Amino acid sequence: MAQMSRRLVAAVSVVGLYILLELLRRTGVIGAYWAQVMDLSLIITISAVGLSLIYGFAGQFSLGHAAFYGIGAYTAGLITKTLGGEIHWYVVALAAGAGAASLVAFLIGLPILRLRSDYLGIATLGFGFIVKVLLDNSDKISPTLGGARGMLGIPQMTTFPWVFWGAVLAVLLVRNLVHSSYGRACLSVREDEIAADIMGIHTTRFKTLAFVLGCGLAGLAGGLYAHLYSYLHPQSFDFLRSLDVLLIVVLGGLGSLTGTVVTAIGLVFLQEWLRGILPRDYLDWRIVIYAIILIVLMIRRPQGLMGGREWSLRILVGGDPAQIVTGKGEKGRASA
Amino acid sequence: MKRGMAAVLVLGLGVLAGCGNAPGGTGGGDEKVVRIGLIAPLTGDVKTFGESTKNAFELALEQAGYKAGDFTIQHFIQDDRNDPTEAMNIATKLITEQKVHALVGSVSSKATISVSDVANQSRVVHITGTATNIAVTVDEKGNRKPFVFRACFTDPFQGQVAAKFALETLGARTAAVLYDKGNDYSVGLAESFRQHFEAGGGEVVAWEAYALTDTDFSAILTKVADAKPDLLYLPDYYQKVSLIGKQARAKGITATMMGGDGWDSSELDFATMAGGYFTNHYSPEDTRPEVQQFVTDYQAKYGSVPDALAVLAYDATNILLEGIRRANSNDPDQIRQAIQNLKEFKAVSGQISFDENGNPVKPAAILQVQGDKTTKFIASVNP
Amino acid sequence: MGDLLESIRNGLPLLLEQVLNGLQLGFVYALIALGYTMVYSIIKLINFAHGDIFMVGAFLGVFGFTYWHLPWPAAILVAMAGCALLGVLIERIAYRPLRAKGAPRIAALITAIGVSLFIEYFSSLKFVFGPNYRVVERPFGDFRWSLGGVGISSIQLLVIAVVLGLLLALQYVVYRTRIGKAMRAVAFDMDAARLMGIDVDKVIAYTFAIGSALAAAAGVLYALAYPQIHPFMGIMPGLKAFTAAVLGGIGNIPGAVLGALIMGQVEVMTAAYISSEFRDAIAFSLLILVLLVRPAGLLGKAGPEKV
Repeated sequence: MAQMSRRLVAAVSVVGLYILLELLRRTGVIGAYWAQVMDLSLIITISAVGLSLIYGFAGQFSLGHAAFYGIGAYTAGLITKTLGGEIHWYVVALAAGAGAASLVAFLIGLPILRLRSDYLGIATLGFGFIVKVLLDNSDKISPTLGGARGMLGIPQMTTFPWVFWGAVLAVLLVRNLVHSSYGRACLSVREDEIAADIMGIHTTRFKTLAFVLGCGLAGLAGGLYAHLYSYLHPQSFDFLRSLDVLLIVVLGGLGSLTGTVVTAIGLVFLQEWLRGILPRDYLDWRIVIYAIILIVLMIRRPQGLMGGREWSLRILVGGDPAQIVTGKGEKGRASA
Repeated sequence: MKRGMAAVLVLGLGVLAGCGNAPGGTGGGDEKVVRIGLIAPLTGDVKTFGESTKNAFELALEQAGYKAGDFTIQHFIQDDRNDPTEAMNIATKLITEQKVHALVGSVSSKATISVSDVANQSRVVHITGTATNIAVTVDEKGNRKPFVFRACFTDPFQGQVAAKFALETLGARTAAVLYDKGNDYSVGLAESFRQHFEAGGGEVVAWEAYALTDTDFSAILTKVADAKPDLLYLPDYYQKVSLIGKQARAKGITATMMGGDGWDSSELDFATMAGGYFTNHYSPEDTRPEVQQFVTDYQAKYGSVPDALAVLAYDATNILLEGIRRANSNDPDQIRQAIQNLKEFKAVSGQISFDENGNPVKPAAILQVQGDKTTKFIASVNP
Repeated sequence: MGDLLESIRNGLPLLLEQVLNGLQLGFVYALIALGYTMVYSIIKLINFAHGDIFMVGAFLGVFGFTYWHLPWPAAILVAMAGCALLGVLIERIAYRPLRAKGAPRIAALITAIGVSLFIEYFSSLKFVFGPNYRVVERPFGDFRWSLGGVGISSIQLLVIAVVLGLLLALQYVVYRTRIGKAMRAVAFDMDAARLMGIDVDKVIAYTFAIGSALAAAAGVLYALAYPQIHPFMGIMPGLKAFTAAVLGGIGNIPGAVLGALIMGQVEVMTAAYISSEFRDAIAFSLLILVLLVRPAGLLGKAGPEKV
């Protein structure tokens, strides 16, 4: 009963938030620019929630998330660009973007997920570089893809409802997965792979599942991005973008979905806000200040902003704060 | 220690926030104001190009006394970090928040294409100094974006001039071409050069692509040295060209080097590149007053000789200002028509008129690099 | 048949010249990779800021022989000293507080990313190094010798000689001095080392100092070999060197050198015989393949993870 009412409150709050934001946008209180920043931050949220599943919950260190984001973006863009900008093609494109990213994740994941921690990180980093080089040379496969000069003329289809409900869907998907027996299996893999294996958990299967789903979300985000900005360039999917997403997941607190969401949105807005407040002759300080903020935040809250906890509506309803995951995120520590 | 750092940070942010409200201002009485935004890479790995652009933009506005016709100019400057996503975000910001009537920038094609789409859709005049990709002024289907212009050559023209000069004047029969395949400018010049060089009976014996981040050219230069070309065509910006040129000489390659307007900079490695030729918009020895005045003023204000990026950004800004003067209006539609109708406007990079796709029609100069940090005027070629 | 022999005879000097090009690149990577591998072996941190220390080293060295008119060996030493200090400072400000809190090591990795961004963007401010791409004027002549058709240049000899010298010095420090012994002890088991009375923080500081000094030397050599410097020059060589360290088996000093030499050859050979565009793709493909066969790198000890 209590759970029912909590779900109801949650659903009503999300719908309420959507209506509020939509109203603010319609009435122009949130102007076109901040609306665009909001759309971008929600797209990044979807991608980050995907990495949160892979790294935060299943403990698989990936430094190549942007590659899957890019695969999704290029696949989706290619579909609407060749088949047309009708709504049904858009839906097909988003699904295909997510599907292509998942498929590639499955194929590459099968062999490389056997690697542990940092070695996996470097293998995925390498994979990210390979994808970047392929995107740079994609014009040799099909001139439509544009290669290093970028892909032009993707219809602008992505609107606020798509990114908002896309983000809600991503969060729900990962949340429900984490609470299922699959999710508990993933967590056990993160906490101690050998112990999980001994307890009879098919570790490879769960690692692959988390990786494929997480990369699928990156692909979905890529498809949304392609149809928001209508121009794709390989540079937007390089290694530094993978670091951006990793940063969000860790800063938010490993194993905390709300932390990921809040940080993804927060960092995008922080960068844009810095742009607004810096005087003309100090614009080049923007990233310097951003970097200092990152360092200070990380040193002050090494467990991340949410430190593995969730920020939940249960507080509103009067229950205990949710304590879904209390793991410290990773076994190895810098020092004892 | 940590607390100290946090305190410094907070203090710093506070100070910045305090003075942050100053730029531009929104100003009341909107009647006689024209708002212009500049988008340039002011951070990141091509920051140096962004600074040339910004310097030239500010110089042009200052010389105009922040007035164009009866209109007072308000200007806004934003950084795109040479990133298409950021460029589009700030184009939207400048158009919807600062309500600019016109945009100048950005430097690279990849950042400028996004800007041109937003500007054209929002019916805001947009002129870029340096973005050479055809897709900046024309959309995917070949339709002109009527609000968008550029001040630079498109690539085919420079490549053609260079190929003709190499064949006829230098008597080159074989050439090696090295280009940055991530840079439209470089790709465009390289392809056009190859096409015209081969059509004229020359042979391209080495055709090598590299990436912006490459610094080790030893492998491809060893190949080039083995092919012994008469000419080494290097269509890229000065910093890359200097790097390649130096490594080429160290590999014992003695071929004449040739390039495009990207070479035009006081930071070119003159000692290494001496004897090389490049196609350009103008010659600094050019006695036209526009050129002399600009070089003197730029040097006085910033203490360095303007490079090609500065020249083109300066011209782009001045073309826009002239458009505003002629229209004597801040209505983007009237400004755009005035720019389209300019005839032989006296810009630093030549006398400019615009073709139906918003590209300038102007002659090219061929210059030779001298060891004493100067360039020598060789020839002028009309389109 | 005769044609084939002929083409081999013609192609061989070219191949050997490309091998030399690869050695030049590989030896520079080796110096950077050593810093990565030493830091990793002790605190298990991928120090993303290492490539930026390399960049600062290049700037200090080039400023040394161009503006401060130092002889070039002195300029290398100045750069090494400056970067050793910088490395220790970064460790002190950004990484040690995290260790003191017992933070997960991913936190240190994120801090390293922050430090890297900070160094790059701070350096490109006008009053620091400035954003320009600076041409490096070599402080000595460019000589080229031809040995049986194989061209070799003075800079190649210099790079190889300096790197070999530094490798010997490092070997001496790690295996013949007290601090080297302490480093090996901390790398083997930090807790046990602390119990034995080793000042772990001091050892870590020394490790950062040595690693950063090597990166600085690499930076100056890189600037001499590929004569241009700018604030973002450290990103790619840093990543490549790190990959090389992983390829050889991270935490393993000979492994880092081996990995770097392989990396240099693969890149140059790809550029020479396939296409320069694919050099990164092929280098990283090789890395992934090696890791699949040897999950801990070529010389790394794979053994089952300790429970």
